[in-house]
Amino acid sequence: MLKERYDVIVIGAGPAGLAAAIEAKKTGAQDVLVVERAQELGGILQQCIHNGFGLLIFKKDMPGPAYAQHFIDELAGLHIDTLLDAMALNVTSERHVYATSRTSGFLELDTRALVLAMGCRERTRAQIALPGTRPAGVYTAGTAQRFVNIEGFMPGKRFVILGSGDIGMIMARRLTFEGAKVERVLEIMPFLTGLTRNYVQCLLDYDIPLQLQHTVKRIIGNDRVEAIESVQIDKQRQPIPGTEEIIPCDTLLLSVGLIPENELSRKAGVSLDPVTGGPFVDEKMQTNVPGIFAAGNVVHVYDLVDWVTQAGLLCGRNAAQYAIAERKHHGRRVKMKAGDNVRYVVPHVLDKESLAESAQRLQMRVTLPIEEPVWVEVMNGEERVTRKTELYVRPGEMVNIDIPQSAYDAVQRASELSVRVVRR
Amino acid sequence: MAHEHRKFICITCPRGCALDVTLEGEVVVQMEGNSCKRGIDYVTGELNDPRRMVTTTVRVRGGVHPLAPVYTESPIPKPRIFDLLAVIRKVELKAPVKIGDVVIENALGTGINILASRNIPVKSEAS
Ligand SMILES: Cc1cc2nc3c(=O)[nH]c(=O)nc-3n(C[C@H](O)[C@H](O)[C@H](O)COP(=O)(O)OP(=O)(O)OC[C@H]3O[C@@H](n4cnc5c(N)ncnc54)[C@H](O)[C@@H]3O)c2cc1C
Ligand code: SF4
Repeated sequence: MLKERYDVIVIGAGPAGLAAAIEAKKTGAQDVLVVERAQELGGILQQCIHNGFGLLIFKKDMPGPAYAQHFIDELAGLHIDTLLDAMALNVTSERHVYATSRTSGFLELDTRALVLAMGCRERTRAQIALPGTRPAGVYTAGTAQRFVNIEGFMPGKRFVILGSGDIGMIMARRLTFEGAKVERVLEIMPFLTGLTRNYVQCLLDYDIPLQLQHTVKRIIGNDRVEAIESVQIDKQRQPIPGTEEIIPCDTLLLSVGLIPENELSRKAGVSLDPVTGGPFVDEKMQTNVPGIFAAGNVVHVYDLVDWVTQAGLLCGRNAAQYAIAERKHHGRRVKMKAGDNVRYVVPHVLDKESLAESAQRLQMRVTLPIEEPVWVEVMNGEERVTRKTELYVRPGEMVNIDIPQSAYDAVQRASELSVRVVRR
Repeated sequence: MAHEHRKFICITCPRGCALDVTLEGEVVVQMEGNSCKRGIDYVTGELNDPRRMVTTTVRVRGGVHPLAPVYTESPIPKPRIFDLLAVIRKVELKAPVKIGDVVIENALGTGINILASRNIPVKSEAS
């Protein structure tokens, strides 16, 4: 059963979200919910079947799913609620979360602290403006990774990969393992954009050629990719005429970068850094919106998952502390209401503990004049907390009353106080 | 005996140090560029018995996904990678698969087991 209000809601169940939820619970958040649009926990790690994860945290070289499983198991032991197959559609700056799930339908949830952990998405052909025809057979490397590693089908037989990012290089090896031929990896920059070790163990080991300062000039083919035309570029990123080459292939994979996924953040009023594409955060991983935190690839794109986990832990701890403070504060606050013949009272809210320090002054205006002695009374329902007398009241003249320190106990019992001005 | 200079890139950790190695036959006599001593082990391994971790998938019947990811318990000899893949391709498991399940014992007689790297629960009729 879902609750209506949580201490901490985490959106996204990748390594960042899992770590944040676990640490929030351990820090003392009473109820924690993870909302995930996929049908299982783990995020992108479930398709990263290669090893290379966990060297920092576990001092062990683990495949992605095994790394994820460690946190999934820990989460399961902590009584953390999960909502799978559920898409967070909107979040507000007051931390209302609107989500839709196949099993529960449309949901409205409230949370004292919110953690954004939506990860990132891949740049696509549109974002890098690749010229040529639009045949089938052009995929992002991550999409191909999902096909090959989870869904079990090969998107082609002869590949060219554009971009030397880690996902592209890892896919080059993976496709080779599955019997495909990877003709070429092309990189527009004069240097490798992924990790050097992936160049060695994914490309060099299998004689897959890498060409730096090369890009795709155009895609050839009508229904299906038949070839691509590559070209060398100069230091100004201009194509060098005469260096074109036709490379026959049936599939082009794009590994041209990742962008933090921040549609939701924007809706919540979170300001984004144009450089990282993620929210501006402080040392607590809190965004500019109080109570909204962010961690993982949604903040900036990481290359090591261990660091994503560490960011998630930090974020979860602070989100829980925020929620705990919010909860305390919430119980401590009493609303001031305008009662009979009172138009308004300032302050609107009073911290009950403030009476431990000193008497607290309320100021108000009346609605109607009374030209004879009146009681100004502060009431908790039918119980009178304090009162004073005035010889007359007029809307044009502000009225004051102090709640004395001696009323401390009476105020502790209240959740709301009203002030009224009545004839004596 | 003549000294030979060779370059390696250590892949033991993500740092990927570029190593300048001086060899006397198969023996490392000098190394530059390694940020830690595991670089020496790496080169010694590359010269005598290069090994790699292998990760791939096997087919699963009746699971939430049609595949289960698997990995070599420890690195296997590099020249045997494609033989190993051919053996793994023939395997079909039945759900449920548990993380750490031994999918192939003592693969190709190397003494190395092939393990599942995640759980694949049984696909329920309802979904
Ligand atoms: C292909 C690839 C290979 C990598 N290889 C390595 C490697 O070898 N070694 C290494 O250390 N690191 C590697 N990384 C990096 C590491 O895996 C990532 O940095 C890490 O997974 C990021 O974690 P995350 O939790 O921020 O995001 P993700 O894992 O992407 O998780 C985000 C989750 O949020 C969910 N979500 C998004 N929007 C919504 C919404 N609106 N409602 C509900 N749910 C939502 C998504 O479904 C997803 O499950 C690799 C990354 C990729 C992409
Ligand atoms: S030498 Fe040490 S630091 Fe450098 S890549 Fe190898 S293991 Fe890493």
